[in-house]
Amino acid sequence: MTGLDDAALLAVVAIGSAFAASALGQARWPRRSPAAAILLWQALGLASGLAAIGTLLGLAMPDSTTGVVRSVWYLAALFRTGGPFRVVGAFAAAGTVPVIVVAIRLACLAGGLALFGLLCWVLVAASTAALQARRRQRALLTLLAHGDPKVPGALVVDYPTAAAYCLPGLRSQIVVSVGTLELLGRGELAAVLAHERAHLRERHDLVLLPFTALRRAFPKSVTCTDAHRAVALLVEMLADDHALRSRPARELVSALVRFGTAGPGPAPAGTLAAGEGEVTARVTRLLHPARPLPAFAVAAICLAAALLVTAPVTLLIR
Amino acid sequence: MDVLWEADTSLTVREVSARLTERNLAHTTVMTVLDRLAKKGFARRERDGRAWRYRPAATRETYVTELMLTALEQTGDRTAALTRFAQSVSGVEAEALRDALEVIEGSGEKDDRT
Repeated sequence: MTGLDDAALLAVVAIGSAFAASALGQARWPRRSPAAAILLWQALGLASGLAAIGTLLGLAMPDSTTGVVRSVWYLAALFRTGGPFRVVGAFAAAGTVPVIVVAIRLACLAGGLALFGLLCWVLVAASTAALQARRRQRALLTLLAHGDPKVPGALVVDYPTAAAYCLPGLRSQIVVSVGTLELLGRGELAAVLAHERAHLRERHDLVLLPFTALRRAFPKSVTCTDAHRAVALLVEMLADDHALRSRPARELVSALVRFGTAGPGPAPAGTLAAGEGEVTARVTRLLHPARPLPAFAVAAICLAAALLVTAPVTLLIR
Repeated sequence: MDVLWEADTSLTVREVSARLTERNLAHTTVMTVLDRLAKKGFARRERDGRAWRYRPAATRETYVTELMLTALEQTGDRTAALTRFAQSVSGVEAEALRDALEVIEGSGEKDDRT
């Protein structure tokens, strides 16, 4: 197989993943088994990213027979020993290739490397931003928060509006406002804490981080925005499911409704345009629980996710 | 920090120690804590003879607002720094949710609100 074949196959994977992602965004089954759906989202994201980078690099090296990654290593070695001119020389192949083709291939090479760099950069930037925001929150909480017997293990901040959230990390923390304590009954508070503890225990922030980064990298992309919203909702549903193991659904639902309807001001533009809001989706799901997907379906999803990631990786390191 | 917020003027380490009688902290401990607060930017300090006088950089309310605005961020643009329990909803959706709640509370037993 030549680089062009690789590029064609990788392009199929990339485009297929993009279509699959928009189909998954519309599907109803993910809310029956959020964990499996999250796995599939992650696989789709990884596969489409790798495949898009690989397509560009494969197009840059149509005659290469060694696989994209090794070709790039080879070019990097050329660059180290002979500088950029050696690389361009290798592309021009002693004047046998028209200049315009060389230019297109070099553009593809630059594009592929730039895409790789961009994806790595947004991931680092999103992690750094999250870590900084959390450090500031922790410093402020040390000064302002206190404990309360009504919410064991959580910090309370004197603020009238209802707010409950968790700060993930090695020193994780659940925070609620005094407004929350006034708004919710004891059972509802316990349900909220169980929900937040599930977030912290399973590090849902790490699940969401790549999708936040992706949305930041391509703010205009509907697929990226939808993927982020879908995964954020699935993560909440997963935490709801965990809370249900220790608390009755009634407490969680009434906590959700009181919380959602007690918020300040109107919802931001765009959140309602999606038809059904996050809270409504969760409440509906808790009130009318659907059976989880059967085991064979979950197994099939896991297998599909594994294949999705394996396909571009094998093509890249062939 | 609470001592600094409650005081009307800036305080020296000794004055802060004096107001922390129930905690019975060593003078050096208080000094270290105040020094750390100043380094983190939560307290400002100025020379007064041989001692430092400390005062809060901002009011308690300012910090609470900062903390909670991050948490209540209404833009939906989460930095992934923290995960909120639920976003707030409004309008028709809120109405529908309230109706749903009434149905549950009607059918369920009495809520154990305190």
